[in-house]
Amino acid sequence: MSEASIPSVPAAGSAAEPAVLAAEGLRKAYGAVIAVDGISFRVRRGEIVGLLGPNGAGKTTTINMVLGVLAPDAGRVTVEGLDLAAHRTAVLERINFAAVYSPLPGNLTVAQNLRVFGMIYGVARLSERIAELLEQYDLVRFRDTKSGVLSSGEQTRLSLAKAMLNRPRLLLLDEPTASLDPATARDMRERIRRFATAGTGGALWTSHNMHEVVEVCDRVLFLSRGRILLEGDPRALPAEHGKADLEELFITVAREPLSLERS
Amino acid sequence: MSPVRPRRVAAVVLRHFYLIRGSLSRVFPLFVWVGIDMVLWGFISRYLAAAGGFRFSLVTALLGAVLLWDFQERVMQGVTMAFFEDVWSRNFLNVFASPLRLSEYLGGLVLSSIATSAVGLAVMLVVAVAAFGLSYAAYGVLLAAFLLVLFLFGIALGIVGSAVVLRLGPAAEWFIWPIPAVLSPFACVFYPLATLPGWMRPVARVLPPSYVFEGMRAILAGVPAPAAGLAAGAALAAVDVLLACWLFRGVHRYAVRTGLIARYAAESVS
Repeated sequence: MSEASIPSVPAAGSAAEPAVLAAEGLRKAYGAVIAVDGISFRVRRGEIVGLLGPNGAGKTTTINMVLGVLAPDAGRVTVEGLDLAAHRTAVLERINFAAVYSPLPGNLTVAQNLRVFGMIYGVARLSERIAELLEQYDLVRFRDTKSGVLSSGEQTRLSLAKAMLNRPRLLLLDEPTASLDPATARDMRERIRRFATAGTGGALWTSHNMHEVVEVCDRVLFLSRGRILLEGDPRALPAEHGKADLEELFITVAREPLSLERS
Repeated sequence: MSPVRPRRVAAVVLRHFYLIRGSLSRVFPLFVWVGIDMVLWGFISRYLAAAGGFRFSLVTALLGAVLLWDFQERVMQGVTMAFFEDVWSRNFLNVFASPLRLSEYLGGLVLSSIATSAVGLAVMLVVAVAAFGLSYAAYGVLLAAFLLVLFLFGIALGIVGSAVVLRLGPAAEWFIWPIPAVLSPFACVFYPLATLPGWMRPVARVLPPSYVFEGMRAILAGVPAPAAGLAAGAALAAVDVLLACWLFRGVHRYAVRTGLIARYAAESVS
């Protein structure tokens, strides 16, 4: 896994500052099935972008390509101007993720998981950072509990704490609140919103909860059959397409994508 | 090329240490089976020695060979067990979507194996020496060379086994456990290479352990240590480690290209 030398990244806020994430012409096919069909999009610093679409639309394939665990057939991913293919380690040091389908090892305790992944992500003053995250994500009392015996909501909080370990520039969240109760989900949304408004990073978020998307996302991309069908402000987009709300628009994307392609 | 970060290697080792520390079911296999093997082969050696006029110490020849073969098996299992922990806990996405480089990951598996196989070796030596009077004095410093060759080959086997499971899915671990048993007839653990039929000898000659066990027997027979053979065994073992790493890297690239890592639990082998 050889990597080219790392170019310098312009300072935050400068005119030349690259997008936190730039995906250009990403394409992935599994045999004859095209999962992602040449999509391009950006996530800017301080922005939360919703990646929406019905099951099988290509959301998780896209996230896997950004995470570097799936090689695109075409196109490229850059994070803060660094090409993932050429600077894999440097890019992945700037990213972190939480996904419902990727819980942390259940046979390690909460603190052990955070320590192991904190070391992998090169987190400085790790003990302090772990204590801070245990506090923030209400995990102090589970510090020495095996992660596998936590409730699904507690495991999600742990996944989010792990995702924040390295103060990522790009946070990838695949249905992060799927198993949380409404109160905890709201709390998590506020935390992620605070992460974005702090201006140090951006987030790419997938969710099937359209109310949540309206509340959290600055911009949404609707994927259908591997292509970006619509893009815009989740609060304005439904009206632009004659729909009452984002959920109705989502259902239209899922059932009648061609009607939106024509509009 | 970004440098290897010792802290990331240490993270892989620490994870395994956490798992072993808190689990009797992981601690026991480190020494129980090899201890039982020593007792069993110790009695067999003692019985055969009493039965008939051998010109060399049967305990040293038989029990010593079993000890070294078990050591190699422990080394291999040290690597594969550490890898399987990620398989069983479905941890691949967390591991491979992190800044951890493959060399750091494999380095962590190897270091974990050094620690766990050292425990097994220590227990075997204690049982073999204390209960059956095994003496390695006859081998002198060459014992270190024997252990090194077997260690390297055990590492190579462990990495190959991990690559096979990464490629074929979690159920393929059942292909991995019998590997030492399948290789043992070719490795000439208990008999000279000349005993093998013609078609088996080329296979034996590419297996580093066969040089170790040939060397052991030569020393016991009072012949000077076959340094060239042992050097060939060491060189083969080193090449095997490199080939194993190359194979693992190739399988990882395949897994990234096909999406196998992201869908690993599905055991997709298409």
